[in-house]
Amino acid sequence: MSHLIASLNDLDPLSKVLTGFDLFRHSALFINKRNNHSKLICNHRPSMTSTSTMLSLASASLTASLSVHENLKGRLKLGGGSLSFKKEKANPFINTKSFSRISMVAAIKVSRFEGVTMAPPDPILGVSEAFKADNDEKKLNLGVGAYRTEELQPYVLNVVKKAENLMVERGENKEYLPIEGLAAFNKVTAELLFGASNPVIKEQRVATVQGLSGTGSLRLAAALIERYFPGAKVLISSPTWGNHKNIFNDARVPWSEYRYYDPKTVGLDFDGMIADIKAAPEGSFVLLHGCAHNPTGIDPTPEQWEKIADVIQEKNHIPFFDVAYQGFASGSLDADAGSVRLFAARGMELLVAQSYSKNLGLYAERIGAINVVCTSADAATRVKSQLKRLARPMYSNPPIHGAKIVANVVGDPTLFNEWKAEMEMMAGRIKNVRQKLYDSLTAKDKSGKDWSFILEQIGMFSFTGLNKVQSDNMTNKWHVYMTKDGRISLAGLSLAKCEYLADAIIDSFHNVS
Amino acid sequence: MSTSTKALNRLGWWDRVSPASKDPITGVTEAFLADTNPHKINLGVGAYRDDEGKPVVLQCVRNAEAKIAGCDFINVGRESNATAVGSKLVEESVKLAYGKDANVVKEGTLAGLQALSGTGACRLFAEFQRRFHPESPIYFPDPTWPNHPNIWRDAQVPVRTFQYYHPVSKGLNFAALMDDIKNAPDASFFLLHPCAHNPTGVDPTAEQWREISYQFKVKSHFPFFDVAYQGFASGDLDMDAQAIRIFLEDGHLIGCAQSFAKNMGLYGHRVGCLSVLCADAKQAVAVKSQLQQIARAMYSNPPIHGLLLVSTILSDPETKALWVKEVKVMANRIQQMRSTLRESLEKLASPLNWEHITKQVGMFCFSGLTADQVDRLVREFHIYLTRDGRMSMAGVTTSNVSYLANAIHEVTRYN
Repeated sequence: MSHLIASLNDLDPLSKVLTGFDLFRHSALFINKRNNHSKLICNHRPSMTSTSTMLSLASASLTASLSVHENLKGRLKLGGGSLSFKKEKANPFINTKSFSRISMVAAIKVSRFEGVTMAPPDPILGVSEAFKADNDEKKLNLGVGAYRTEELQPYVLNVVKKAENLMVERGENKEYLPIEGLAAFNKVTAELLFGASNPVIKEQRVATVQGLSGTGSLRLAAALIERYFPGAKVLISSPTWGNHKNIFNDARVPWSEYRYYDPKTVGLDFDGMIADIKAAPEGSFVLLHGCAHNPTGIDPTPEQWEKIADVIQEKNHIPFFDVAYQGFASGSLDADAGSVRLFAARGMELLVAQSYSKNLGLYAERIGAINVVCTSADAATRVKSQLKRLARPMYSNPPIHGAKIVANVVGDPTLFNEWKAEMEMMAGRIKNVRQKLYDSLTAKDKSGKDWSFILEQIGMFSFTGLNKVQSDNMTNKWHVYMTKDGRISLAGLSLAKCEYLADAIIDSFHNVS
Repeated sequence: MSTSTKALNRLGWWDRVSPASKDPITGVTEAFLADTNPHKINLGVGAYRDDEGKPVVLQCVRNAEAKIAGCDFINVGRESNATAVGSKLVEESVKLAYGKDANVVKEGTLAGLQALSGTGACRLFAEFQRRFHPESPIYFPDPTWPNHPNIWRDAQVPVRTFQYYHPVSKGLNFAALMDDIKNAPDASFFLLHPCAHNPTGVDPTAEQWREISYQFKVKSHFPFFDVAYQGFASGDLDMDAQAIRIFLEDGHLIGCAQSFAKNMGLYGHRVGCLSVLCADAKQAVAVKSQLQQIARAMYSNPPIHGLLLVSTILSDPETKALWVKEVKVMANRIQQMRSTLRESLEKLASPLNWEHITKQVGMFCFSGLTADQVDRLVREFHIYLTRDGRMSMAGVTTSNVSYLANAIHEVTRYN
């Protein structure tokens, strides 16, 4: 083996190579520090090509990471010649370490993942974590969209308890579900969404695959888009649920935003929305919130939905609904599916992701579905087979428990009716809280500001119009936890706390810029 | 674009979608379910069956279930304590894999996250590997579980193989395996089955594992263990983790995907754990945060019911002891069936050597049957298995073993 010596001048890129080293207790790193330069004694493997060039260090157990070297941006002079390494775009996830530190850790294990930086905290879940850490007794968690009772406790629906008890009594087995999920669940979920007598169901034109709640169902759809519509964009509302972008990014689907929220009116920027959908390249996917828009709570009216459908048809776009709150918006499951049914009735093909996290309180069980409405039963069969093919290398088959609960509740007329009643109760509590908050704000705020958007917005969330600094004030001064975009989750608000919250909002709005 | 998209509109958006080929494993189950023949046997998917051929829910699971079902106290905690439950699961899982007294467990220098069974744990790791070592390939044993290459490919990691199975001896091709480890570029990622290799049932001995571990050190390879059958190889959970413990002793910082599908019979609940050993606790926090971010964009968090079941079982000494017993029962029954099948074939005076049936370990037997012979078994005898000749011994019972032996004998006697 020939020995090649690298000088430190050229070793700056090499320092990045060293971050990938795996050092073992009994190995030694031969580094001599001399006048800020160090020499590294390298063994050059004779059989290498330039793209797979490796540096193996003097001690048999020290070797450079093959993959880290690909991040080298420079040329490395080794011996007489020079080896050039493939240039690679800077990887935003990798944090490079300085050379001198490595010499100190010579005797210690260095992990292959030394360069891994800390991921930023999730903006939504991070709020709950901060809330937990707060010891102030006045604290209020209006972060995550999880339903709470008036006593601000999590709520397990009675129908869910009944279903679970039934399941235990029956002593059913825990065998794998098919990749597409529990058949009984897939049937009832599609019927719940479209209506059992809907032509799309009768004609078997819907490909339904059980997914891991809304997130998992969206991810399956994103993977389908990436594979079958490479380059096609997804248009998402500005703003939208924070995780939408992550899902499309990780699925390598490009996205862009359409105007949605108008801060001036604290309402819908309808003209902007239509214009942006029109301007997008033909054949884009348009992500729409079926009802109870997250985070704004602002939904189009039925007439506006018609116009949105018009422009989507005109541009040959494909509508992609995220239905996370069916039943939570108005209290009626059917009414809340209105937008989806409107589009389906026009004969349009669409994608619909569903979640049972909120409306059945099954947050942690991860139960939802992706539905693809096609023009023919044959296309639906094929699409379903491809969704399965995408799911198998992700998690093989979906979890059974939540699916059985939903199938039992929705499939049993008594339980289904009980569920409808519980949903009306939950949606009703939120409506009451909205009213009380509005009343408190109007009574306390002498500025004449119009707070009626609180009553007009729908579902779990309200977009208060508070900016980041003001939202910070809510947290820092008032111990009210919310997301920085000004969104509050009314599901986490009790009637008892409405006045306190009104004080906080008024203070933040008027006294903080 | 507009004329073709108008044409598209008439045909529909999804016209370009061709039907996906059936998954080789679940496709077998589908075919089996559709078959009405009374003698049918399913030797396809690796799911345990009792001696009546029925799926089993372990008693320890039923006990745990009764504790958590429909009960207000636990339910109320369910949503808000999801993080705590997840952490508990990770805590107990890593003890199983690494040993409860392992330093990495005690010092917390590992990043652990609950995952969607083994598949989900593998996928998380594959995405993580791609993110932090872009363009690094992964090496699988040849053969391996067919879903492994799908998982890593969908994560955009190139796949390679190393030699493993010796079709003539129906055992391990150790020399070739070591060669491939030596010849791979330094610091490559390798996936290893620590016990009960799927599909062959062929495992290295402890001595061979030590040599593999040593060579991994020399080459600085990254060992990723897919632990799907802990308990099923020998019946002893610690013994089945021996390979992992050897690597740990040798100072490797490994990665590990664990599944509770088989050994706890929680197939449909999708409970597993991904752990990555790190240099220190700080790095462990960073790595975990990245894994959580990957999971967040895929499914947010795994379903809690399964996590609750597993952590309830593992953290209660009595229930855990019951579980350990039940795992042994399952492993013993399979070993029994292996012996019986081999004896039956030998009694039929089969011209072939069937030693491998009892030498191979775990749920699967790599029978050595050809695809044509498998097709005959399916068509003529209604015996379902994958075309690579892999038989899930869990599907063999005292009442069907003679039928099975006769069928195998029939399709192999003249070859």
